[in-house]
Amino acid sequence: MNLSLFQKISIGIFALLLLVPFQNVVYDLFMMKVFCFAIFAASLNLLLGYVGLLSFGHAAFFGSAAYVTAHAMKEWGVTPEIGLLLGVATSAAIGYVFGALAIRRQGIYFAMITLALAQVIYFLATQLPFTNGEDGIQGVPRGQLLGFIDLSSSTAMYLFSLGVFAIAFLLIIRIVNSPFGQVLKSIRENEPRAISLGYDVDRYKLIAFTLSAGLAGLGGALKSLVLQLASLGDVFWHMSGEAVLMTILGGIGTLWGPIAGAAIIVNLQNYLANLGGWSTIATGAIFVICVLAFRRGVVGELAHRLKIKL
Amino acid sequence: MNRKTPIAALVAGLMAAAGVAAQAQTVSDNEVRIGVLTDLSGIYSAIEGPGALLAAQMAVKDFGGKVLGKNIVVTSADTQSKADLSSSKAREMFEKDKVDMIVGNVSTASALAAMEVSEQFKRVAIVTGAASLPITNEKCTPYSIHYVYDTYALSRGTGKAVVDTGKKNWFFVTADYAFGHTLERDTSEVVNASGGKVMGSVKHPINTTDFSSFLAQAQASKADVIGLANAGGDTIGSVKQAAELGIMGSKQTVVPLLMFISDVQALGLKQTAGMNFTVGWYWDYNDSNRKFAERFMKEFKGKAPTSVQAGVYSSTMQYLKAVETTKTDNADAVMKRLKSIEINDGLFKGKIRADGKFEHDMYLLQVKAPNESKGPNDVAKVAKVIAAKDATLPLSQSKCKLVK
Amino acid sequence: MFELLGITPQALTAQLLIGLINGSFYALLSLGLAVIFGLLNVINFTHGAQYMLGAMFAWIGLTQLGGWIGMPEFQLNYFVALILAPLLVGAMSIVIEKTMLKRLYHLDHLYGLLLTFGLALVIEGLFRHWYGALGNSYEVPEVLTGGLRAAGIYLPYYRLWVVALALIVCFATWYFIERTKLGSLLRAGTENPRLLQALGVNVPLIITLTYGAGCALAAFAGVMAAPIYQVTAVMGSNLIIVVFAVVVIGGMGSIAGSILTGLGLGVVEGLTKVFYPQASSVSIFVIMIIVLLIKPAGLFGKVR
Repeated sequence: MNLSLFQKISIGIFALLLLVPFQNVVYDLFMMKVFCFAIFAASLNLLLGYVGLLSFGHAAFFGSAAYVTAHAMKEWGVTPEIGLLLGVATSAAIGYVFGALAIRRQGIYFAMITLALAQVIYFLATQLPFTNGEDGIQGVPRGQLLGFIDLSSSTAMYLFSLGVFAIAFLLIIRIVNSPFGQVLKSIRENEPRAISLGYDVDRYKLIAFTLSAGLAGLGGALKSLVLQLASLGDVFWHMSGEAVLMTILGGIGTLWGPIAGAAIIVNLQNYLANLGGWSTIATGAIFVICVLAFRRGVVGELAHRLKIKL
Repeated sequence: MNRKTPIAALVAGLMAAAGVAAQAQTVSDNEVRIGVLTDLSGIYSAIEGPGALLAAQMAVKDFGGKVLGKNIVVTSADTQSKADLSSSKAREMFEKDKVDMIVGNVSTASALAAMEVSEQFKRVAIVTGAASLPITNEKCTPYSIHYVYDTYALSRGTGKAVVDTGKKNWFFVTADYAFGHTLERDTSEVVNASGGKVMGSVKHPINTTDFSSFLAQAQASKADVIGLANAGGDTIGSVKQAAELGIMGSKQTVVPLLMFISDVQALGLKQTAGMNFTVGWYWDYNDSNRKFAERFMKEFKGKAPTSVQAGVYSSTMQYLKAVETTKTDNADAVMKRLKSIEINDGLFKGKIRADGKFEHDMYLLQVKAPNESKGPNDVAKVAKVIAAKDATLPLSQSKCKLVK
Repeated sequence: MFELLGITPQALTAQLLIGLINGSFYALLSLGLAVIFGLLNVINFTHGAQYMLGAMFAWIGLTQLGGWIGMPEFQLNYFVALILAPLLVGAMSIVIEKTMLKRLYHLDHLYGLLLTFGLALVIEGLFRHWYGALGNSYEVPEVLTGGLRAAGIYLPYYRLWVVALALIVCFATWYFIERTKLGSLLRAGTENPRLLQALGVNVPLIITLTYGAGCALAAFAGVMAAPIYQVTAVMGSNLIIVVFAVVVIGGMGSIAGSILTGLGLGVVEGLTKVFYPQASSVSIFVIMIIVLLIKPAGLFGKVR
């Protein structure tokens, strides 16, 4: 079997990730958190890097799925895979509605509509009784996968998260490399041209937006299983900003970029958390440096230097 | 059966018993680890925060640095008053760092999240900074202790004291989340029970910048008292703007239902003089409090400890004493011991109940006028001591699953 | 007297007045942002932090500066701060523009936004580290204390001063940009910088000064806010997305648009606080969605 360099690197990384539960240096809960944010950042990257649309409201998808999954697991006692599906369905549905409203606008107006819509979701999250406002939904059970695999064990949960992450990653590759993905890229490069070639550009954008929302929701739903908690922080606009930061830092338009970005940011926040306010300062400084000198992002820069596709 | 068997059985039994006893006498992982889980940099960092870490370290040092011959290690983590950070940090502390006890937990949502994890891992969680009654009521756990104050105490303290001066008609400006609602509800109960009347209330979003509209509604109600059922920046904003709108010094009294000396210091005495608020401990109340405060101030840039920070010191000390007495850091044994003793350490005096609530006196403070104050920490005097049993929800009314 | 949905007409008038007062503050606050976007096509996310710097510098000048220079009685009062703080922040912003922002003009808007967002985080983080999260109190200047009773409520003189000054500054800025020769040069520079440069006008200098002026306006609003709202490191980030909403609804090219929208939104928010107070924070965003769906470039904006 002839594997491309990209495929070889990817398989290598996944092999390393499989070893995490069997060593003591990297904390497996920490890696699971990285997976959730990696999926979230990757969903934003799909929209930004491959379609050229910047959304400021992705936290709405991440958080709404987290809440629905948390509620379903805790109050209805469903199995985790059903819980995840319910979360994803919710975020995709909300994504479809947001997309339909926002798609017709361009650039900064598109971003602002998504932000405003996300603020409405945030408001609903503070008011609706099932979300418990400030307290959030706590004590979310991890459940029994497929009815018999108990996920409360760290190792089982880790392997499950890795599996979900792998599926999301493969899905994105599939979308990007498909004919559908090619049309999306052509829309990003030259929209008037794509229209003149007869493509229903708005419909393509809407589908991409909905897919992105669903994937963001997958990240959120997984997070509520990993941390066993869904809270207002998940729908707050800072969360949208963090996703943008992770994508930029990792490299817009690359496949491993958002994952690297998520890993770096989660790590950084964890490491700096005990130094008080330095976390914000460092995050801001990284934004500034990335934008000024490092526009391709970590993975993007690496790919450019080595002349490979990542 | 010969004669040796019963003796053999006896010896075997004794050895087994000794083995079990030896098991129970161990300190897990050869160290007693204490985690200060608090808001180190966010909105509630002045109430608990770095001062709480210092308080815990002082307690460990005063205790001697070692218990049962093993080292005591103090670590800390920043929750920024966010429930999900609190949950993941608590889990990391218990699972990865093998912490035995966490203390602090300011902000109710963070406290509940940490308590959930501590129940799962069967470790002790001492809540000092968070306020809501459910912590020892509906949401109580066998491993949590609520040490310094709660919304019930605030309402029975400040609420009752103000109503007893004849100011019976109240209007609430309430922060629109669980804590605000609980505080408003608990205080309304007091007002109604004393023959007063709640004229109305307005709920504002958390982190509101401008309160003029809400305060104007309060003024229009013509209530005697405007009760502020909010916290932190919201309380500071409401008080500041109430002063600006001429409400201070008018026929209406502004009563912050939750305030700390750090808030008074941020606002300044000119705007807060004469205000009443309830705390679980005040540094300038008696000699032993002052002695502790002086030692604290030396290490904390001259800032006096808040009631919460004093609570961290006292509870950490009590925890270590309990570990020493029970000869183990096993949570069940330590909790049993803590709920059975009388606590009187010069800072706090009282008893921890079955539901985890530390029943002790509360203090109604009155903010001093600028000319009465002799220094930046001299912000209030104790106007009244509220007896422990008056300040605590009676066990008979408790909805805690441990007491039913 | 009749009651409308439980509110007396007198109370309603009072709330409308308060809404107008807040609205004029929103208008002033959004002015700097509108100028920078309208003329430079730059989305200045640092606006909130610059607003905070204005308030902080005013506070430092009043309470800390004396201690630093060894003359404890020395104080820079409010009126001096109203001029000095904006100048200081304007100067700092010019440095930012020359060293960092300039490099991004040829790129997508996105990068300017991200740079200024990052700068905002750094500035706010530093001040939070130095001065804590609870902030400090700034006193209303003596001459402006007190108030008058009207429409059944107490109107502090200071707030009336804010309204007056805000409206004057808004009008002056609008007039300068839309009606004077220098203003028309600025507008020409946005439409066609090359042509203007060919005509001998130093376009980069104009751009730099405009950015500085827009940020100075933010700081000016900060000084005005200091006596009313607690001076904290996060005071800007609490308001920033509201201010953005105002500018976007008004139309991102239009100065008059943001001024009028600021006033209008203040009133709408005020009414929401009476009838459905919990929703007062989100009301502005609901309006933004509705406006953008009907008029894609905002109320008074021109589609570029």
